[in-house]
Amino acid sequence: MDELDGNRAAGLLREVFGREMTAAAATCASCGAVGPIGGSALYTGGPGTVIRCSNCVGVLLVITQIRGMSCVDVTGISALDMPR
Amino acid sequence: MEGTAVPRRLTWEVATVTAVTRETPSVRTIELDVPCWPGHRAGQHLDVRLTAEDGYRAERSYSIATAAGEPVAITVERLDDGEVSPYLTEDLRAGDQLELRGPVGGYFVWEPADGGPLLLVGGGSGIVPLRAILRQRERSGSTVPVRLLYSARTLSDLIYRGELATQRDGVAVSYALTRERPVGLTGYTRRVDSALLAEAAWAAGKNPLAFVCGPTSFVETVAGGLVALGYQPGRVKTERFGGTGGR
Repeated sequence: MDELDGNRAAGLLREVFGREMTAAAATCASCGAVGPIGGSALYTGGPGTVIRCSNCVGVLLVITQIRGMSCVDVTGISALDMPR
Repeated sequence: MEGTAVPRRLTWEVATVTAVTRETPSVRTIELDVPCWPGHRAGQHLDVRLTAEDGYRAERSYSIATAAGEPVAITVERLDDGEVSPYLTEDLRAGDQLELRGPVGGYFVWEPADGGPLLLVGGGSGIVPLRAILRQRERSGSTVPVRLLYSARTLSDLIYRGELATQRDGVAVSYALTRERPVGLTGYTRRVDSALLAEAAWAAGKNPLAFVCGPTSFVETVAGGLVALGYQPGRVKTERFGGTGGR
């Protein structure tokens, strides 16, 4: 499966979070690395969109859309720093 | 600007195609009239959605090819096994309508205040957001020095070739062709690798800001090579669009 960059999911992230998210810095709950969501690894081939830490490949964020509902799992992110 | 504007709900809108331009045998630039477009920044994307008669939908994200303040355009390469790009490159005509939403993205974006020197490295249709950045620099009167390294298979695969050939102060364009050795071409006739980057890229000591866009393997080679040369990882912005690009 191809690895893309988180910025390719900018539209979906905006839809779910209601604001620009690719420049937001996420702290990985697995390894503690901090990096912009847009520069994290993105996988779109499975059921749902998965964003992984580019340092340890731990899962940061999973978004699944089904029957008009968005299920968002952010347990892999311990902190999110949003630029104003 | 994303940070200062009142957040606008991202909704699908119907745009009208105003022109379709042939860039290469497999690449088209599609200019769009989008009602209520809030303006975009160089490097941002838009999402295109196609709906089949049976309701099946396919969505793709495309880089916007133009600078802030210019009409919206995307440049699309036909992928033979694609669900969306064959329609966009072969069937779409001026006057047709297209469903899209955007602009989106704030990471792979350059604004004059971000400075430089800029290193832009594109593989294949990865040149698209880099062209938007070049046009943004030009329109804003920025004098940030730029080195653009553009890799493609052959001369006829180069997108925006005429535009890139125009001399601009402070912009140096080099080509790296991987499957052709045209007589008289000034540039490289090999793949972009660490050795080529060491010749063509800014020295790391200048603290350059790099934007790298192309097929996944290309971007990984270039980004890894730049970091090995001493570039700060946080100043190497990448955009991988998957696949090998058939290099």
